[in-house]
Amino acid sequence: MSSYQEATARQRIAGMLDEGSFEEFLPPQMRLTSPHLPQLDAPVSFDDGVAVGRGTIEGRKVFIAAQEGAFMGGAVGEVHGAKLVGMLRRAVDERADAVLLLLETGGVRLHEANAGLIAVSEVMRAVLDTRAAGIPVIALVGGANGCFGGMGIVARCTNGVVISEESRLAMSGPEVIETAGGVEEFDARDRALVWRVTGGKHRYLLGDAQAIVSDDIRSFRDAALRLADAARGAGTGLTLEALEAEQRMLGSRLERFGELEDPLEIWEALGVDDPHSVPLLETDAFRELAERHREGAAS
Amino acid sequence: METLRFNFSGGQRRIDGARLVGVVGSGNLEILIERKPLDGACEVEISTAAHGFGPIWEAVVRDFHQRWQLADVHVSINDMGATPAVVSLRLDQAAESITGSISGEAS
Repeated sequence: MSSYQEATARQRIAGMLDEGSFEEFLPPQMRLTSPHLPQLDAPVSFDDGVAVGRGTIEGRKVFIAAQEGAFMGGAVGEVHGAKLVGMLRRAVDERADAVLLLLETGGVRLHEANAGLIAVSEVMRAVLDTRAAGIPVIALVGGANGCFGGMGIVARCTNGVVISEESRLAMSGPEVIETAGGVEEFDARDRALVWRVTGGKHRYLLGDAQAIVSDDIRSFRDAALRLADAARGAGTGLTLEALEAEQRMLGSRLERFGELEDPLEIWEALGVDDPHSVPLLETDAFRELAERHREGAAS
Repeated sequence: METLRFNFSGGQRRIDGARLVGVVGSGNLEILIERKPLDGACEVEISTAAHGFGPIWEAVVRDFHQRWQLADVHVSINDMGATPAVVSLRLDQAAESITGSISGEAS
């Protein structure tokens, strides 16, 4: 076991790819740092918080990106976003077998304002273009910061999401919801509640994540390859039928669960006998339980 | 941000390529160590969020140079308030990872 959550972005890449196969695009020596942060007297990072490149996994030609959650919460600035887009476009040009996005991010880097927002929208477009070119794109969400904001949307624009129970996936983060809706609406300090709502188990049960694995780099890698193979078999591109199915799924989710106050009630409505036991289950036992109750994932 | 530059001579150990260690997080720093023709010097360039600690930085990087005796090496640091002990450990990690040696004294 090698913890995914505790590893840095670069350690995650090294643990995913065949040894010595990583070839980094725009490496730190090129010093492509943020032009915005120095204007705010804030520290920069030589890779702007993301490493991108290509390598192999058991002979497959894989393009990969890993966000560093410790640098500005993994937030996407102009350079950071451009590196993601460039990697995705090159994956299309070079006919990659798969693209893996190792996401750990709070979303847009607010310091970079519109440049960051545009960067995230360009990443979304590039993900969909890559899928349309027949290349599966898989998101891996296993960092302590989770995956939030615009990058949460990016994760759901991919062919599949691999998540761990320790990690989280959502649009607005807990503090944002509490600030906007009040503590009665959402208590961001209630960690058990935060994980019930945004954590990997709930995402898997609702069908927002297509695989849940234990906090181990190899487990993430193997699950991502399985999802990539499945996507290639089913067709990687986003279709109108898939979008309509997703819309129906969301509509039915709202209808069935919209009035419920807590994920515990949703799990009960999904037919889980003892919802209180869900947060305590080990990953394997949870997966077994979830197979009988989880929502079918359209992607 | 404050920028500091230090230059040391007299080293003999040369390196190849470049390595990045650490991350720019609170109380942490990243160090990029690279081979660079500098007439045998070891140059350290620091960009730090904590102002006014020049003499402490100088002591820490001077110790590093004494331990490792690097020549034709450029060290770039992006710092977010790391303590001197953390800086020392990261500098050793950078030198260890690029030389493949676990201790400055082992040379």
